[in-house]
Amino acid sequence: MTLDRAKLADMYYRMWLIRHFESRARWLFQQDLVRGSTHTYTGEEAVAVGACAALNRDDYITSTHRGHGHCLAKGGDPRRMMAELLGKATGYCKGKGGSMHIADLDLGILGANGIVGGGIAIATGAAYSAKVRGTRQVVICFFGDGAANQGVLLEAGNMAALWKLPVIYLCEENQYAEFSPSRPFFAVERLEQRALGLGMEGIPVDGNDVLAVYETVRQAVERARAGQGPSFIVAKTYRWEGHTVGDPLTYRPAGEAEQWKTPERDPIARFGKYLVEQAGFAPAELEEMNQRAEAEIEAAVQFAMDSPEPAIATLWEDVYA
Amino acid sequence: MAVREISYRDAINEALREEMERDPTVCIFGEDVGRYGGPFQVTRGLYERFGEWRVRDTPISEEGFTGMAVGAAMTGLRPVVEIMYNDFVTLAMDQIINQAAKARYMFGGKARVPMVIRTQGGAGRGNAAQHSQSLEMWFVHIPGLIVIQPSTPYDAKGLLKSAIRNDNPVIFIEHKLLYVTTGPVPEEEYLVPIGVADIKRAGDDVTIVATSRMVHFALQAAGELEKEGIQAEVIDPRTLKPLDIDTILRSVKKTGRLVVVNEGHLTGGFTAEVAARVQREAFDWLDAPIMQVATEDVPIPYNRQLEWEAMPSVADIINAVKSVVYR
Ligand SMILES: Cc1ncc(C[n+]2csc(CCOP(=O)(O)OP(=O)(O)O)c2C)c(N)n1
Ligand SMILES: [Mg+2]
Repeated sequence: MTLDRAKLADMYYRMWLIRHFESRARWLFQQDLVRGSTHTYTGEEAVAVGACAALNRDDYITSTHRGHGHCLAKGGDPRRMMAELLGKATGYCKGKGGSMHIADLDLGILGANGIVGGGIAIATGAAYSAKVRGTRQVVICFFGDGAANQGVLLEAGNMAALWKLPVIYLCEENQYAEFSPSRPFFAVERLEQRALGLGMEGIPVDGNDVLAVYETVRQAVERARAGQGPSFIVAKTYRWEGHTVGDPLTYRPAGEAEQWKTPERDPIARFGKYLVEQAGFAPAELEEMNQRAEAEIEAAVQFAMDSPEPAIATLWEDVYA
Repeated sequence: MAVREISYRDAINEALREEMERDPTVCIFGEDVGRYGGPFQVTRGLYERFGEWRVRDTPISEEGFTGMAVGAAMTGLRPVVEIMYNDFVTLAMDQIINQAAKARYMFGGKARVPMVIRTQGGAGRGNAAQHSQSLEMWFVHIPGLIVIQPSTPYDAKGLLKSAIRNDNPVIFIEHKLLYVTTGPVPEEEYLVPIGVADIKRAGDDVTIVATSRMVHFALQAAGELEKEGIQAEVIDPRTLKPLDIDTILRSVKKTGRLVVVNEGHLTGGFTAEVAARVQREAFDWLDAPIMQVATEDVPIPYNRQLEWEAMPSVADIINAVKSVVYR
């Protein structure tokens, strides 16, 4: 594994960026400043950050309704994201998308998606496109353990395997799908077994270990760039919070989440421990990164609050039919 | 300009071939479109010319390959998807409605989805309820989709070329019974602009707006009506969305009477939409109620007589015209 100090620091910083972003998003939702519904990625930071650390800037990702983490991990601008959450003109979508529809085409972020499994075929098509255009781009398709039950996964995954497309299906097994545990809804013992039916090997990874995710995805990226086709990775993780902000969580055993928030399991604490014990970081450095990330998110909130509402005339902008 | 008589099918084939020669990012996805040349032989010869990456035989996975086209379109290709029968769009609907149609607007204007979905619809061939529908209005209803239904080889070729060059998703609905029809098509390259209706026949007494194969029914009806001294103007919108309402309104303001013909079902259909807009924008010019000629609100039956009874006929159009010219 070849992660230099700067890269490790960047990954750690991004994990905090996500955690602070989500805690502010939750607060803004509770203040009624964020409309609709908002899904937080808290506790799953290692998946997006580890995976995107293995990508180049011009590689692609498709994201989900729980997309803030993917976007930040791929380099998305927290100011424009926060402005989008507040529906402002300066937001990524000029206030027309909101939390579930953030995209940054310049960073290869082909969009969060309000349709569960909605990114699966799109990611596969982006990989087809990379192949036809002869670029060496790869695509990571993030999707949930609930989305794994969408039929499109069979269709698109089969085609990716048939034509050796450079796409990585990265299932985030956070153990819940909306207001139910996900486990009672798949007949296989382990989700990665699904990959067999697609003509791929299913690779499980500890989704709370950012370095494990990075290494697993890095190898998949290498295979994809070498023309060896798609991969199917299942990252085992845990959704700390409710499905949406405001979820009463009646379906979750009391005390369960706390077991995932311990220093041994919390993905940020785990990575911090590694950085101190094995990579020569001082605890003060880590704390400084945490505070810098918090300040960046605070500035993003301020930027969003200070930004103008979109002009009413923009209702008709980008309408062609 | 040299003009030949070619079939609707060949005109579409020429459009695909020319655009693929012109632009290496144009790719075709669909079932049996490659080696076999297409279930309706529309893509004949393209696989041999452009190879498997540009003319892709897909598994029977409509949602999968339609969604792949969306992703490919967002990242630099111009895919042309073939959905064998428009009835099968049901399987791909999420990709069309929630993904392709939404991306540009929902993502704030930056995303482009330059893709075409070619499909074919229509009844009259005994294909029964799941292979005979006219589902154009499902798409017309959705902001973000351009909807085209060509009635002639000339329009089919010129409009498909425009559709492929357009930066937005286009639903291009052919008619299964028009593939073998022929018409004049120039040798030279030409485009037909999207969103522009065509007056297929001029007349002063009544306006008939008709789409797809119904244009030919309307022209036949107009020929019969002429014998009785009724001059019908036949307008083919060619593009259903965005609709060239101005051409229709101009005609109605001249004739004062309107019959709308469409092969989709009557309820919630194209005829109702045109009628609503015309009464809203040209009420004072109307001398008679607007008449609608559309397919009955029943699934398309298999039996020949039942099928014909369900569909609009030339006689239905003639009767509708007579009822508005009060003869
Ligand atoms: C097609 C579709 N069905 C249902 C929903 C409602 N819904 C939103 S998120 C969700 C659960 C998704 O679970 P999972 O894929 O595991 O993602 P997670 O929320 O755990 O990240 C559901 C059912 C939807 N948005 N789209
Ligand atoms: Mg889940």
